[in-house]
Amino acid sequence: MPGLETGNWELETLLLDIRRRTGLLFFAVTMGHVVLISAQVQSKSGVPVLQTFVFDAFSRVQGAFASMLHGTRNVWGNYVALRGVRAENEWLRSQVSDLEVRLQQERAQAARAAKLQELLDLRSGSSLSFLAAEVIAGHPSPGMQTLTINRGRADGVLADMAVVAPKGIVGRVIGEPASHAAIVQLLIDRSAAAGALIERTRAGGMVVGTERDPPLAMDLVSNLADVKPGDVVVASGVDGIYPKGFAIGRVQTAERGPNLYQKIGVRPLVDFSSIEEVLVVLEAPHGAVPAEPPAERAPSVAGPPK
Amino acid sequence: MKAATVLAALAVALVLQTTLAGYTLAGATRVSLVLVAVVYVALAYGAVTGLLAGTAGGLVQDALAGGIIGIGGLSKTIVGFLVGVLGAQFIVSQPLARFLMFVGATLLHDVCYRALSALIEARGFAMPLSPALTQAVVNGAIGILAFQIIEGAPGLMQRRQSRRASYGRRRY
Repeated sequence: MPGLETGNWELETLLLDIRRRTGLLFFAVTMGHVVLISAQVQSKSGVPVLQTFVFDAFSRVQGAFASMLHGTRNVWGNYVALRGVRAENEWLRSQVSDLEVRLQQERAQAARAAKLQELLDLRSGSSLSFLAAEVIAGHPSPGMQTLTINRGRADGVLADMAVVAPKGIVGRVIGEPASHAAIVQLLIDRSAAAGALIERTRAGGMVVGTERDPPLAMDLVSNLADVKPGDVVVASGVDGIYPKGFAIGRVQTAERGPNLYQKIGVRPLVDFSSIEEVLVVLEAPHGAVPAEPPAERAPSVAGPPK
Repeated sequence: MKAATVLAALAVALVLQTTLAGYTLAGATRVSLVLVAVVYVALAYGAVTGLLAGTAGGLVQDALAGGIIGIGGLSKTIVGFLVGVLGAQFIVSQPLARFLMFVGATLLHDVCYRALSALIEARGFAMPLSPALTQAVVNGAIGILAFQIIEGAPGLMQRRQSRRASYGRRRY
């Protein structure tokens, strides 16, 4: 087959030629990246196909690895680390009794709050519903504070849905979720932001992620507003993503700023270093089209009244 | 064979990166294993393989991170290319030289990544020095370790085999 051999020889020559011209290859690849980035920045519609495809495929690998690690950890917990289980059991019993007392107090407070809400004629009919999700992977790049959860489109998860933990807000779903996975941008990411207010004085502002310590800052709070260290910061709900009243963090530092606004450092209530399970708020974000309910939706739990 | 090795190294680095990061979130992870793999590939196989590895690793990482695809890819391409070129120009067989390459590559990657992000998001360039240096040093340590393991493994196997053969001869 002389024609085929000639073709192969030409292809090999071409490849060798490209490999010899390293600078040319570097330029071509760089230009490819620039075009790729430009296309995304200018585009206003949807998520890139590459992103959806790679994320969908890789989330399954991540899920498998997470399951493997969880399995190993369970084996360790069940069979090896049984030593000291009696003492732990006793300690847990005492904790349970303690928590039962606290639960009674919380119930009393909740009942009182409900009465006050009725008195204030606030709307209490609608309630949020949550979807429990497990964290299957952390941020793939140190520059971005994101994590991957094992719930996606098939479970009713949409882009921009809020993600919370028992202690407060975790972040929001970004990008188009895969069928059984979604990326969550943490509130401490440098490009994350949420409408917020000081619970005590109702002074409004915007909480943004920083790369410093504390990892959150509250901007756009007037120098005249009364803000003290220890004040609780909650979501204001004006962003249409995060549910109003959910805790974000506590004011750590509050200083008078050089311009109109204070410099406020906020310590988040959620411990972002040890998140394993989260709750996705199954409420379509402001302006988003709600997804069709899936045929077999994962079990969701009812949340507190809005 | 080389392509398969490079792709396997990138895949392992990516899986380890995401799996480990799941247990140490919120900036506790000051390591970029994909970047370590790219620098390793660039030092071991040259500029072309380095830049292609940077492109592949960076693009996949971008796609998984949910941000703009290409920022990490371009940063890692630049790093892979420059490290490959420098690795061909200078002798980088000593651990200290390699360590400096890893540290320099990490800092360069951070600068490129942040500069591109700032450019695209139309905000000021800011680079916290302490986390960047920590990440660079950790990446350097892991890179040196990777080189030691990969270069030392064949010799170790050979010594073990010859020792076994020697024991065999003594018995008979």
